Amino acid sequence: MDGILGILWRRLVLVIPVVWAVVTFVFLLLHLVPGDPVLAFLGETATPEQVAEMRHRFGLDRPLLEQYLAYWKQIARGDLGVTFVDRRPVAEKILSRYPATLQLAIAAVLVAVLIAVPLGVTAARHQGGIRDALASLVALLGIALPNFALGPLLILLFSVKLGALPPSGFGEPEHLVLPALTLGAALAAILTRLVRASVLEELRHDYVKTARAKGLDDRTVLYRHVLRNGLIPVITIVGLQFGVLLGGAIITERIFNWPGIGTLTIEAIAARDYPLVQGCLLVIALTYLVVNTATDFLYRVLDPRIQVE
Amino acid sequence: MSWTGKIGWGLVVVLLLVALWAPYMAPHDIRQQDLTARLQPPSRAHPMGRDEFGRDVFSRVLYGARVSLRVGITVVAICASVGTLIGALAGYYGGWTDRIVSGFLFNAFLAFPGILLALAMIAFLGPGVNNLILALSIIGWVSYARLIRGQVLKVKELEFVQAARAMGASDARILWRHILPNVVQPLIVQATLGVAGAVLAEASLSFLGLGVQEPMPSWGKMLDSGRAYLTTAPHLVLFPGLAIATTVLAFNFAGDGLNEWLHPQRSRST
Repeated sequence: MDGILGILWRRLVLVIPVVWAVVTFVFLLLHLVPGDPVLAFLGETATPEQVAEMRHRFGLDRPLLEQYLAYWKQIARGDLGVTFVDRRPVAEKILSRYPATLQLAIAAVLVAVLIAVPLGVTAARHQGGIRDALASLVALLGIALPNFALGPLLILLFSVKLGALPPSGFGEPEHLVLPALTLGAALAAILTRLVRASVLEELRHDYVKTARAKGLDDRTVLYRHVLRNGLIPVITIVGLQFGVLLGGAIITERIFNWPGIGTLTIEAIAARDYPLVQGCLLVIALTYLVVNTATDFLYRVLDPRIQVE
Repeated sequence: MSWTGKIGWGLVVVLLLVALWAPYMAPHDIRQQDLTARLQPPSRAHPMGRDEFGRDVFSRVLYGARVSLRVGITVVAICASVGTLIGALAGYYGGWTDRIVSGFLFNAFLAFPGILLALAMIAFLGPGVNNLILALSIIGWVSYARLIRGQVLKVKELEFVQAARAMGASDARILWRHILPNVVQPLIVQATLGVAGAVLAEASLSFLGLGVQEPMPSWGKMLDSGRAYLTTAPHLVLFPGLAIATTVLAFNFAGDGLNEWLHPQRSRST
């Protein structure tokens, strides 16, 4: 039972109640709206007939339990309903924006890893020295500077002053640089500290002494042996931080007018298009859940020392 | 305490004083508009310049500390209280209480990226400071509950707790008089770091237009409206950005410093 299938099975069993909680929460959100969501959307100028017609069309005049069951049936079919604004399928709108967000998130993770691994390794190799202090400073800035402050500063520097990169836009590789840097900075900071600590920890182990005693040079010991073990916690943190990244994507997309699901969410909130907001939230939360479960699974498979609880 | 810890606490005190005395320290009325002097760069009379309505940025940054810290400290106070209560009960009683709390509630709350959950609630409840505090408290209590549950699990097996139980002390008395005083240190550290997180979350949501509303100044909102004038008046983004970064760093330094001071052994080894 403790093979890979066993681990996978136990993870999936844990996920089921969470999926139930997420869907239920997103369903209930609509009923949190003070007063009536339809009235909030149509505004005070709407006639009672218009309100009644729309409530009926969206099934909001039915008992809560009936609405809840209908919502589940709908979700099970992959149908997220239709929007308030133009009555088009929510799923269609989200699908058209989802790839842009995924692209941004993956680029941000890449940027973070490309900054953090060399920086963290250098800091660990020169522990207590000037390079270590510099790496700490960079990490500190990444943590303290929120992406909504960093983004405009990067635009100011690279677009306005240097004219090197576009301040917004979508489609070309250069459009991705500033948004990915903005979104990935905080993760890069966290990872730098983690890589540093992890490499320092690994360097203490006996196998490092053995490798050195064999006559291997520092570089080989570091990259062949130490990093291989030292990067396992990094994978976990990247996975766990993916949710933070998705939250940050909403802000980053707004700064750079990135046409992703984050901008879509904010537009939907502003228009009080509640079914669209619900759809966006559900998709983001489920993405997060899938990534988290996959990370946890991978982690346990990669490192058999970890006990399955 | 380390020097960064001391700097952190020093800044925290300064920020608290600014938040308390902003009305006396602000040189100008934060609502006073002067459209003839909009976007003016920093000068002697207006050390951080003027915004798109000609309002004094320095005064607004000072008032921004008031909003940020009010939200940050209130949220942490609510989260720490609720989290401690739930975490202590789950850790102390174990069994079904614990299975529901740590097996289900923790997972369900952590299934949503925190800021997204807050955003979701505000999107439906409507923007405003009170809804912001409510939303951030609902997402924030879990980490305190997890911390306290873990601590209580450790402490409840210690001899002095067993002794108290043998002497016939009630559960409430054991929890309150014997266990809680022993788990309060990590709680204070987490709460200090938590203020930084809450300040950042408030600024993020205000930046998205979902937090603090006009005419109350908030650093996140100032940054958002300043973005449109990035080329002509970068000071509108720079100063609120600096204020947020300083506050977040101050509470992070203070929390880390406290942690090292309380556990010199543990922090030296990491």
